[in-house]
Amino acid sequence: MPQPSARRRPLNAPPRWLKPAVHLLVAMPGLFLLAGWAELLFTNPASLRLSAEPVAYTHNALGLMALRTLVATLAVTPVHRLTGWTPVMSLRRMLGLWAFAYAAVHLGFYLWLELDFSLAALWAEALKKPFILFGMVGLLAMAPLAATSTRAAIKALGGRRWQALHRLVYLAGIAGAVHFILRVKGFQLEPWIYAGLVLALLLLRLMPSRRRASRASPQPA
Amino acid sequence: MRYHPKPDWHIRASGATPERLYLDRRQIVAGMGLSALASPLLASTDVTKLAPLKARRTIATSEEPTPIDAVTGYNNFYEFGLDKDDPAANAGTLKPRPWTVRVGGLVQKPVTLDVDTWISKLSLEERVYRMRCVEGWSMVIPWIGFPLAGLLKSVEPLSNAKYVRFTTLADPDQMPGTRFPALDWPYREGLRIDEAMNPLTLLAVGLYGRRLPNQNGAPLRLVVPWKYGFKSIKSIVAIDFVERQPLTSWNQSQPSEYGFYSNVNPDVDHPRWSQATERRIGEFRKRPTLPFNGYGEQVAGLYRGMDLKKFY
Repeated sequence: MPQPSARRRPLNAPPRWLKPAVHLLVAMPGLFLLAGWAELLFTNPASLRLSAEPVAYTHNALGLMALRTLVATLAVTPVHRLTGWTPVMSLRRMLGLWAFAYAAVHLGFYLWLELDFSLAALWAEALKKPFILFGMVGLLAMAPLAATSTRAAIKALGGRRWQALHRLVYLAGIAGAVHFILRVKGFQLEPWIYAGLVLALLLLRLMPSRRRASRASPQPA
Repeated sequence: MRYHPKPDWHIRASGATPERLYLDRRQIVAGMGLSALASPLLASTDVTKLAPLKARRTIATSEEPTPIDAVTGYNNFYEFGLDKDDPAANAGTLKPRPWTVRVGGLVQKPVTLDVDTWISKLSLEERVYRMRCVEGWSMVIPWIGFPLAGLLKSVEPLSNAKYVRFTTLADPDQMPGTRFPALDWPYREGLRIDEAMNPLTLLAVGLYGRRLPNQNGAPLRLVVPWKYGFKSIKSIVAIDFVERQPLTSWNQSQPSEYGFYSNVNPDVDHPRWSQATERRIGEFRKRPTLPFNGYGEQVAGLYRGMDLKKFY
């Protein structure tokens, strides 16, 4: 377990602006959607800010943000390893939680507008349509990670078990990318770029660390 | 005493036109004096700058037409990009004039037509059609055009001609999207000859009282209102009569998802989403999708005896 000492802290502590800045950056697409819906509902029902089909636009934007934030989460440790910039590690948990939040709202929006909150219908859809199944696998893989994102959970599980559990994040990344690949019409490059990024980040993680192959002290930010 | 029998979809020119459209029409007419001086464009992505077209309204619907900004700003035209706003943003590179269309294949009198000269000689119709996209959204669009049947008859198809194949331009300089293989370019579509000859099948040259904006398929596109939107091929350069069912772009790309017929059918789901309902652009809740997009009375007979689950 890391023991923050009064002497080391100023060196390792992330700059004060870092987390608020990243929170704001990741929240922005969500705020844009909220502003768009507020405009549609209260001031200008003919607004095209969220395209001519705001519901589909919102589905797509939420899913894309979930995937982008998940890729960013996966990139945190490799970025730390490559650059040695420790403060970046303080972003890993918050990015992961944002990815889960966007994915959960993405599912909630779909459940509400397409399935009238019927879990039975969701189950039927997942069995019938592979792209829904992959999306669900991705979200379900993230759920236990979000639930065990606290310091107390790490303590309760023990570092190694916590880390083993949190490798599910790669399953979530792959499932999310496949969900996107299966959803688009025709051959499109964009979803393959996300799949490539997830695989590249996974490969980077599989390469042995220069220091020790296993670090027993995962750090929640 | 009998007069000419009118088809059952015929309405009087004065019938069922929403008041707002009338007002728009007056604005267009009022603007004509000015636009004549400012020499209206014959090609643009901005519909308000395009030349007005004279047309007589022959088919209307009680449904409210979709706002023009959505009709011209929310398009699938993969030759200009994969997002819905890409065509409006990128189609400025298309040069829809001069433009020739080659009509040939199995015909007695093949012909190559210059679109501008040709349509100046035609009497154009305005038809307000529902448009249902295979993706599950729909619009109501006032098209301007003429029935395809007249053109097809004029080239005198041979007796072994059974299908009509349509081809879109695929010039990477004008259509940047064709540099990327989202589909097998050029975009191709097809109809059975009786579908092509059906009075509802339209060749459109305009919408909302003006020439087609580039992103909507300038200068000439097909409109087949009882089929999913992708059948209504845009920016046509060739129309050929052929003997066998032609290979069409979407069918070739994913045969299990996009059939040759692709009639709007709420009972046959797309493998990845339901076709039972659709979202009309501008509405929040979905509405039920109608068989043949509501044009069953006019076209169901074309498919009598066919299993539409098999021939989707």
